Amino acid sequence: MKNLLLVMKLDILESFKTKWFLIYTIVFGGIVALFLIAGVTESKVLGFSGLSRLLLSFIQICIVILPIFILITTVKSIAGDRDNSVLEYMLSFPISLRQYYMGKFLGRLFVVTVPVFGALFISLFYALIVGAEIDYFIFMFYIALLFGLSVNFLGIGFFISSLVRNQEVALGIAFFVWLLLLAFIDIILIGLMMREMLNENIIFGIALLNPIQVFRIGAIALFDTELSVIGPASYFILDTFGSTLFAVYSIVYPMALGILFLFLGYFIFKKKDLV
Amino acid sequence: MIEITNATKRFGDKIILDSINLTIKNGENVILMGQNGAGKTSLIRAILGEYILDSGNIFIDTVKVAKHRIETLSKISFVPQLPPPLKITVKELIDYTSTIATIDKNEIVKYSDTLHFDVKQNLNKPFFKLSGGMKQKLLISIALAKQSDIFIFDEPTANLDSNARGQFSNLLEKIDSKIFIFISHRIEEVGHIANRAITMDLAKVVSDEIL
Repeated sequence: MKNLLLVMKLDILESFKTKWFLIYTIVFGGIVALFLIAGVTESKVLGFSGLSRLLLSFIQICIVILPIFILITTVKSIAGDRDNSVLEYMLSFPISLRQYYMGKFLGRLFVVTVPVFGALFISLFYALIVGAEIDYFIFMFYIALLFGLSVNFLGIGFFISSLVRNQEVALGIAFFVWLLLLAFIDIILIGLMMREMLNENIIFGIALLNPIQVFRIGAIALFDTELSVIGPASYFILDTFGSTLFAVYSIVYPMALGILFLFLGYFIFKKKDLV
Repeated sequence: MIEITNATKRFGDKIILDSINLTIKNGENVILMGQNGAGKTSLIRAILGEYILDSGNIFIDTVKVAKHRIETLSKISFVPQLPPPLKITVKELIDYTSTIATIDKNEIVKYSDTLHFDVKQNLNKPFFKLSGGMKQKLLISIALAKQSDIFIFDEPTANLDSNARGQFSNLLEKIDSKIFIFISHRIEEVGHIANRAITMDLAKVVSDEIL
């Protein structure tokens, strides 16, 4: 445990010194700052007002930015250390591979979540100061959703990082995974549905295996319990899950998927050459 | 003691270790030579458990490296040919090594002083920003402070000036009954310490002689 925490601490300290972390923090802090300056917290658009309005905008941006940021920085973690001989030296000391790998994961989890949650808490603080409407349940639910999404992409990132030996190839795969989950999978599914006349419930079921889609619908569900904005898929979701179970699914599923990939990555890391 | 039996490693069609059989006993100071790509670094990586062998085994004091990483690595000190570009500071690196391998930090400072590297003055500097020689001196100090039974140095004096090379040799001469493995292209560099020379070529041991 002591060694695991040490690796975690060193990964956090190392990340704090990198340019990507600075850019990452500026991006998320900057988005919230822009929202606050633009008066999003105080605005009232289509019934969304106060902090909820800001959260909705923030979530839409997180869907695009957060996964790619996490994937890019994470795949560089193990694959990058392997490429530049850091692993060769650090693992020449008597540390277990489990402690090293999990320490890296926990360090990276802390680093990727702190700027995002920090930005959210700044907005909460601002909302308190200006007396804007605050729905604490929505706020906490969104934090849980973002945490689930972060664990998900961290797990996928560590899996890619363990699987691929070369940092450049790992980055390419990470970019492809991001594009696939963000946009292509929907286009492929719609194409399949139209061409093969597949049962729409099968298509909806496959779509709900996509963690970004689950995150997106989970976020919408809090403002629009009938999920009317997503069209016929809402009947499938509400009939299959119900709104409460889907809310739980939208947090637990991405997290569980991420943990599954994390352990698959660890298994590969342990079984393959370290350098 | 290091015992290597029939160690074989392939990357696809390319064989990088071809049925290596070696026994290195305590007190033996080995210089491992060979051209680039002969398999020297691969053999070291296999001893460190960083390469998984396709066949054969490596034992450190009868303990199998592949199965007992922590136990075997606690007996080995390693200095790589090129110091890794670690972004952590000198202090953080010393914390890592001393915690993981229970090294006395004062010993690291003591060896660094002997090699004329001022640890205290550089504590908060990122490791990668140190000069090549400073990095090498720190890694050598950590390796020696670990007080292992086996010391593996890959081109240990590549970045050192002549004065530091002399200090390094003096430090090694004071250590008895241990195993030293030096990877070097130049026998004259560690020849006075080495008492056994192993030459590799095309992934095989082609000569093994007592000096």
